[in-house]
Amino acid sequence: MFDVIIVGAGVSGCAVARELSRYDMKTAVLERASDVCEGTSKANSGIVHAGYDAEPGTVKALLNIRGSRRMEELSEELDFPYKRNGSLVLCFEESGRRKLQELLERGKENGVEDLCILEREELVRIEPNISEQAAAALYAPTGGIVCPFGLTIALAENACVNGVEFYLDTEVGKVEKTEAGYRLETSRGLFESRTVVNAAGVYADIFHNMVSSRKIHITPRKGEYCLFDKTAGDWVRHTVFQLPTQYGKGVLVTPTVHGNLLVGPTAEDIEDKEGVYTTGEGLADLLERGNLSVREVPAGKVITSFAGLRAHEDGGDFVIGEPEDAAGFIDVAGIESPGLTCAPAIGEYVADLIRKRIPAPEKADFIAGRKGIPSVALADAERRQELIRENSAYANVVCRCELVTEGEIADAIHRPLGATTLDGVKRRTRAGMGRCQSGFCAPKTAEILARELGKDLGEISKAGGASLLLAGHSRPQGSDCVEMSKEAGHTDRLLRQEGREA
Amino acid sequence: MKKKARILVVGGGPAGLAAAAAAEAAGVKSEDILIAERDGELGGILNQCIHNGFGLHTFQEELTGPEYAERYARKVRQARIPYMLQTMVVDIREGERDDNGVGKIKYVTAMNKTDGLFTVEAQAVILAMGCRERPRGALNIPGYRPAGIYSAGTAQRYVNIEGRMPGKEAVILGSGDIGLIMARRMTLEGAKVKLVAELMPYSGGLKRNIVQCLEDFGIPLKLSHTVVGIHGKERLEGVTIAEVDGNRKPIAGTEEYVSCDTLLLSCGLIPENELSAGLGVELSPVTSGPVVNESLETNVEGVFACGNVLHVHDLVDYVSEEAENAGRNAAEYVLGAKERETVSAVIGIRPGLGVRYTVPSLLRPGHMQEEQVIRFRVGDVYRDGALVVTFDGTPVMKVNKRVMAPGEMEQIRLKKRKLEEYPGLKEIRIAVEPADSLRA
Repeated sequence: MFDVIIVGAGVSGCAVARELSRYDMKTAVLERASDVCEGTSKANSGIVHAGYDAEPGTVKALLNIRGSRRMEELSEELDFPYKRNGSLVLCFEESGRRKLQELLERGKENGVEDLCILEREELVRIEPNISEQAAAALYAPTGGIVCPFGLTIALAENACVNGVEFYLDTEVGKVEKTEAGYRLETSRGLFESRTVVNAAGVYADIFHNMVSSRKIHITPRKGEYCLFDKTAGDWVRHTVFQLPTQYGKGVLVTPTVHGNLLVGPTAEDIEDKEGVYTTGEGLADLLERGNLSVREVPAGKVITSFAGLRAHEDGGDFVIGEPEDAAGFIDVAGIESPGLTCAPAIGEYVADLIRKRIPAPEKADFIAGRKGIPSVALADAERRQELIRENSAYANVVCRCELVTEGEIADAIHRPLGATTLDGVKRRTRAGMGRCQSGFCAPKTAEILARELGKDLGEISKAGGASLLLAGHSRPQGSDCVEMSKEAGHTDRLLRQEGREA
Repeated sequence: MKKKARILVVGGGPAGLAAAAAAEAAGVKSEDILIAERDGELGGILNQCIHNGFGLHTFQEELTGPEYAERYARKVRQARIPYMLQTMVVDIREGERDDNGVGKIKYVTAMNKTDGLFTVEAQAVILAMGCRERPRGALNIPGYRPAGIYSAGTAQRYVNIEGRMPGKEAVILGSGDIGLIMARRMTLEGAKVKLVAELMPYSGGLKRNIVQCLEDFGIPLKLSHTVVGIHGKERLEGVTIAEVDGNRKPIAGTEEYVSCDTLLLSCGLIPENELSAGLGVELSPVTSGPVVNESLETNVEGVFACGNVLHVHDLVDYVSEEAENAGRNAAEYVLGAKERETVSAVIGIRPGLGVRYTVPSLLRPGHMQEEQVIRFRVGDVYRDGALVVTFDGTPVMKVNKRVMAPGEMEQIRLKKRKLEEYPGLKEIRIAVEPADSLRA
């Protein structure tokens, strides 16, 4: 019997886990994927929103401000990439000014610091690639960017170190109320817990509706993105939004915390909770809309595109807390934008709710800090020397595009909740995130994974489940090639070629 | 740790090996040369190219990739030219001060397991880092992102080096040479290659590869087709292909679902010039390789380039020839064999109609050999056309060509004495003259 079971190891679930790990209670996280950060948390804008957007008085508004204020300190505590680069909301016509002013007022009411309106002249000065059409902008110096994987993984690792049990590859099928709390049927057997935190992303409505008659409904709102090479990373310095439309914040153009350029997302309501596919129209549309904000983005420098699903609840606000008819079942549902920003605040908020039910004392031995994987790419010469002296594997470059070494990859595999897949290594180290998109390093990374995990290369997958990289061995030389070539009627030629190749 | 070298060669593939060997042959002491290779052995990508057909021009023999590479690796070893394996060059900078009158020192920072992070002071640098394959993301192919999508070269490594199959049923997008070679290779290893789709109305690969790798095995080549959808959430389950119109846009209604567990991409190679760019080397927007003069020297004095980092080749024989040139010129540079001209006439070599680029694009007559090879690619397929060279607008040379295609590199050989007939020459232009001005 657990005190708390958290369903879902996305950023919200991991933030809750990390906060609960401060207290003396038995906590578990159940995650259907083979790694943490495999759903919405891995495919979003990576923005720390300043907090001018949300309707004052909503849960979103409250948590946004708290999360935004907490992020910097947390990034130091848990060592993940975060940068306060400031954000701009552009208006393109004089008529938009009224809306900018409204946003400014709303932001002030929410408690956002240092907001101001910039006229075009000043806008061009701080952002030289801004488009001709941009008339003015709301400037929020407290806006920032964060690595969504870095944040989620840091929270999870720290929770794990502090005793939270993570059950990966564990899909929850059914949640039932019992005398003592809740019973969860999973792909790996039954789990029982006094309380449940429902942080299941786009599936949160399904679990909620199993235990409560007050139904909620989540629509997966798909957002497609294009990620650009680092050589385009300085196209803009700030996160550049467009005035919100009925479909959300519009397309943003932003540097990422790692120095790439990101354009997106589109906003399309779909039914399929697994529908993370990109479309030709979507990608074309977002590039076009991006060009409204800035001088034509260099489309030739796109290195990858992806789609994520925001969990949009019909009511439009976060659904956080206990349904009246399901004591001990705490929803963290409908966490769409600015969910990533809110995560640290959601963690604290939900931990408080849990503690009202389970007043466990604080642990004396809670470890608040966490060191990330040292990055050779970011280290100066002295630090590189130091890393290499400690372990020569830090001198063996595996991913040439992002300059990631064998030492970093081995660290990613062996640390708490370590990587077991190619994507897991990628999100922890950036190996394969660069301009060749893992063409060169994937075979090497797969080999290191196999070696370090004591597995055969054939067992290594991209992201767990059926996503195996390879399909068996190639034939032993000269086996049944002859037979096949007879079928094809090219025996002579084939034999000759085989002979040469052998 | 500090190291010194007169010539540092970045890359121990076919280009780097030939360049180093040629520099030694031209009189640079072997111990003054250093090759930095990122892989575990010399030979570069040739080590995974186990098919035959290499060396027809150079050795009049059909060698496999590893055999071809070994011939040059042996030269390097026999000449006792030092090389470092599993060594990644991470930065090249130009220093302020002159080194004994041989121009500014180049500081080459590299790392490996044995020596850690170290800097080599070099008088000349030969860039020979090769190229990379264009990934799916750069092609903006929509759909899911499952396992089973590989660039052709990655798949080649799995099959030929690791002895593993990337899948059992493959579709190949792009008819570049590696894709064609892999169509045959996968078939020989027991996989079913369903088709090769090519966006353009012509193949990007060599004719001989289309015949020997596709036609001989009955693998369909679908020209003017592309992949418009990727299906399967964990492992690839199929792709949707469609025909494209003259603007390379998919034609609605032509979509066809093809089940497969593997998609190989052979959609172009990109010279890897991140180091060059960091050093301030000017790059051509067409080739993505350095802009070079007749000596294959970049705008940064004492920095030379050759092989696929300069422009993507189809035949390694030409890589070797080009690299030997670069090596010889680097040797002359460090040995000071040629007087450095203070005021030097520079002739521009410009691509005319139908020609996409030329290498080199600058020619200093004072530094020219008896014969200058100019290599380039055409932008379309031309039948029964000609290549025409003009000097400041005057036609001086015409070569009839039965077929010219973007997939096959062209070359022109210019004689020094021809140039001497035109003192004050400013511009050499190379253009395609289509047959009756009609495109094939």
